[in-house]
Amino acid sequence: MTAPLLEVWNLCAFYGRAQVLFDLTFRLQAGEVMALVGRNGAGKTTTLKAIMGLVAASARQATFKGQSLARLPTYKIARLGLGYVPEDRRIFTDLTVEENLETGRRPAPAGRSPWTPERLFRLFPNLAEMRTRRGNQMSGGEQQMLAIARTLMGNPDAILLDEPSEGIAPVIVQMMAEAIRAMKAEGVAVLLSEQNWAFAAGISDRACVIERGEIRFQGSMAELMANEALQAETLGV
Amino acid sequence: MPALDPAFLAVQALSGLSSASSLFITACGLTIVFGVTRIVNFAHGSLYMIGAYTAATLVPRLLELSFGPVTFWAGILISAIIVGLIGVIIEVLLLRRIYGAPELFQLLATFGVVLVVQDLVVQVFGPQDILGPRAPGLRAPVEILGRRFPSYELVLIAAGPIVLGLVWLLLRKTRFGVLVRAATQDRDMVASLGVNQALLFTGTLFLGAFLAGLGGALQIPRVSANTGMDLSIIAEAFVVTVVGGMGSVPGAFLAALIIGQLQAFGILIFPKSTLVVVFLLMAVVLAIRPYGFFGRAEIGGGTHAVGIASRSPLPGRGLILLIVIAVLAAFPLVADAYLLKVATEILIFALFAFSLQLLIGVGGIVSFGHAAFFGLGAYGAALAVKWYGVSMEAALPLGLALAALGAGLAGAFVVRLSGIYLAMMTLAAAQILYAVAFQWVEVTGGDNGIVGVWPSSWASGPIPYYLLTAALTLITVLLLKRIIDAPFGYALRAARDSEARAEAIGLKVRQHRWLAFMIAGAAAGLAGGIYAFSRGSVDPSLLGISTSVDALTMLLLGGIQTVVGPLVGAAALHGLRDWIMPLTSLWRLLLGLSIIAMVLIFPRGLVGTVRDWWGARA
Repeated sequence: MTAPLLEVWNLCAFYGRAQVLFDLTFRLQAGEVMALVGRNGAGKTTTLKAIMGLVAASARQATFKGQSLARLPTYKIARLGLGYVPEDRRIFTDLTVEENLETGRRPAPAGRSPWTPERLFRLFPNLAEMRTRRGNQMSGGEQQMLAIARTLMGNPDAILLDEPSEGIAPVIVQMMAEAIRAMKAEGVAVLLSEQNWAFAAGISDRACVIERGEIRFQGSMAELMANEALQAETLGV
Repeated sequence: MPALDPAFLAVQALSGLSSASSLFITACGLTIVFGVTRIVNFAHGSLYMIGAYTAATLVPRLLELSFGPVTFWAGILISAIIVGLIGVIIEVLLLRRIYGAPELFQLLATFGVVLVVQDLVVQVFGPQDILGPRAPGLRAPVEILGRRFPSYELVLIAAGPIVLGLVWLLLRKTRFGVLVRAATQDRDMVASLGVNQALLFTGTLFLGAFLAGLGGALQIPRVSANTGMDLSIIAEAFVVTVVGGMGSVPGAFLAALIIGQLQAFGILIFPKSTLVVVFLLMAVVLAIRPYGFFGRAEIGGGTHAVGIASRSPLPGRGLILLIVIAVLAAFPLVADAYLLKVATEILIFALFAFSLQLLIGVGGIVSFGHAAFFGLGAYGAALAVKWYGVSMEAALPLGLALAALGAGLAGAFVVRLSGIYLAMMTLAAAQILYAVAFQWVEVTGGDNGIVGVWPSSWASGPIPYYLLTAALTLITVLLLKRIIDAPFGYALRAARDSEARAEAIGLKVRQHRWLAFMIAGAAAGLAGGIYAFSRGSVDPSLLGISTSVDALTMLLLGGIQTVVGPLVGAAALHGLRDWIMPLTSLWRLLLGLSIIAMVLIFPRGLVGTVRDWWGARA
């Protein structure tokens, strides 16, 4: 086994005095898709935010490509090649599609062909038809595509993807699944936080089940799919 | 009738356009800085002033080396760049540290910079006004419909749209502009995309300060650089940005155009004070559109919610009260006349600060113009004495009534607003009253104010007047304390912490806030009236920004989260001032630095800092 791309250990987070994450330890390998699944409120979003340094009170022990993230500000974490797509998408609604993509642009590491708007428009054909449209005139699904495309413009090695299927039409969910497979084919690792079990199960190599801020299961997706008792207990499916 | 003369109208319209241009260039910088950093930079007017002083000093020297239009305009540009670099210094040293602080602290800290700059400008450029050179090639006036019009003004008229165009290009067509607009909307997301916000913010401050410096430098052929420029331009720039919508460049342009014309033609209606017309415009616009022409509601605002929490009553508070009364009553036995005078003033300002505490600490209404009501009380009392010859016993209630009336009127507009718009509205209200007191010479005595406001014979002399002040202050503070602890006070606090939830349980938030505004105004008015009789005179400075900031500083010093904070703060600030002012001519510099230091060291207030420290240990 090669050295992990993203390694997180003993991750804790607090909102005020309430602890919401308890000693999470997991790894993300280069080029794999790992699902972070669990019920609403289990701590999936907080996990992603804490890795990015967006939770004020967190004990962050993590390395990305061997570099410690512990004391890095958010923008430096992103510059290491760790992309982040938040669950509420956070499109810049005053900016056009092309301008939104521009905000995410960062040079690609040497030897890799960079993501360009044209390549991304092929991945998300809907966006190609609305290059000069502003974010506030887009549907939720279109905004979700734009959020992912915007992060890809930074040419990340891994993406933390928070609830990409939430609140969007089933046909778009299908497109999301294809987009994630395409990213994987390009060698981008994905840490996917998801409540939509079927969606997560369909595209992930491995899974990590969180319940009340603690990890209940870590292993291959096939293993989790076989364990129906655990699914029923922790995911309610 | 000059108004019907078309040439007169044309020249008025043109001069309106040229002042609109100047105003826009300055206000544009303010609104861009606010858009990205969410800080209303009080020091923006100081940067404008530095621009004027720098250009008035630098350009003549450059013209001596090489006389010509190129040198003149290069000098203007260099001055603006120098001011831009000063903006960068301010960002790195101060603003960077207070981006997350409540807006009250941000306003106070940047006002601290205003104070520092006021003293530094005198140190660097000297106390006298500096008249700049006229622009080479633009000295001859042009004729417009038979009237002479300065050709430099025509250049200024063009400068506004040129700057608008360049800023538009910068914001629309460059990566820096795209990132600035993105950061205006969502700073965290921009950071998540790998953008170094610190650099972006520093760049923004450079741009904003550059525009302020340019606005100031362009004034040198028209007006001499003087030490009053900072506060007069900042009041106008605030109005422009608020009316246009905070953060909106086109909004600022539109608002500047309207205000320029209003000022040009307003003199036909209010010959003395065009500011009144400007204020009315602002009031009307904000009443219809609470976020100005193109502004929008703050996303996830409410950073101003720092205030008094509920607490169980102290045991033995009756005894404490008796001790306080005894100490206050016994003080004349040990103090001389000077100490009594100081104590009287401290009590007056404690009452003033406490009335502000009701608004800020309890109501979450961050008023930046509380001096308006202090001044109204003082002027109300003084005018009653001067024009109707009434006694002190009648004049004090009249002053209080005038302040309550003014607070009722201003409050009707103010309570419709929130956050920074509210602070700006209260500031504007106070500035208008200041202008009225300053310019309506026949009634208010203008700059000289009103003299001969003496107390009735039974209350004159240091000891009786001290006792009267102590009694009135104590009674009013106890009344206000009672109000804070009553259901009305709970309702205000509920609305402060969450307006939506307070409304959801059926509280009429606006009405409660309006009433609180009037009560606080009345109490401040009483303090103002007592102050007028203690000094025997009133003058416009009682209504000025500095007086409002004094009250805020007392709150900050004492602690916003406590009930006795303002009382302690009043004593501390007043005592410090009495002690330091005779020792140095640079007291504004010292006061400014102290305010900045307080905000930096206790960005969430003393109590908040202690709580954080406690929380981190747990």
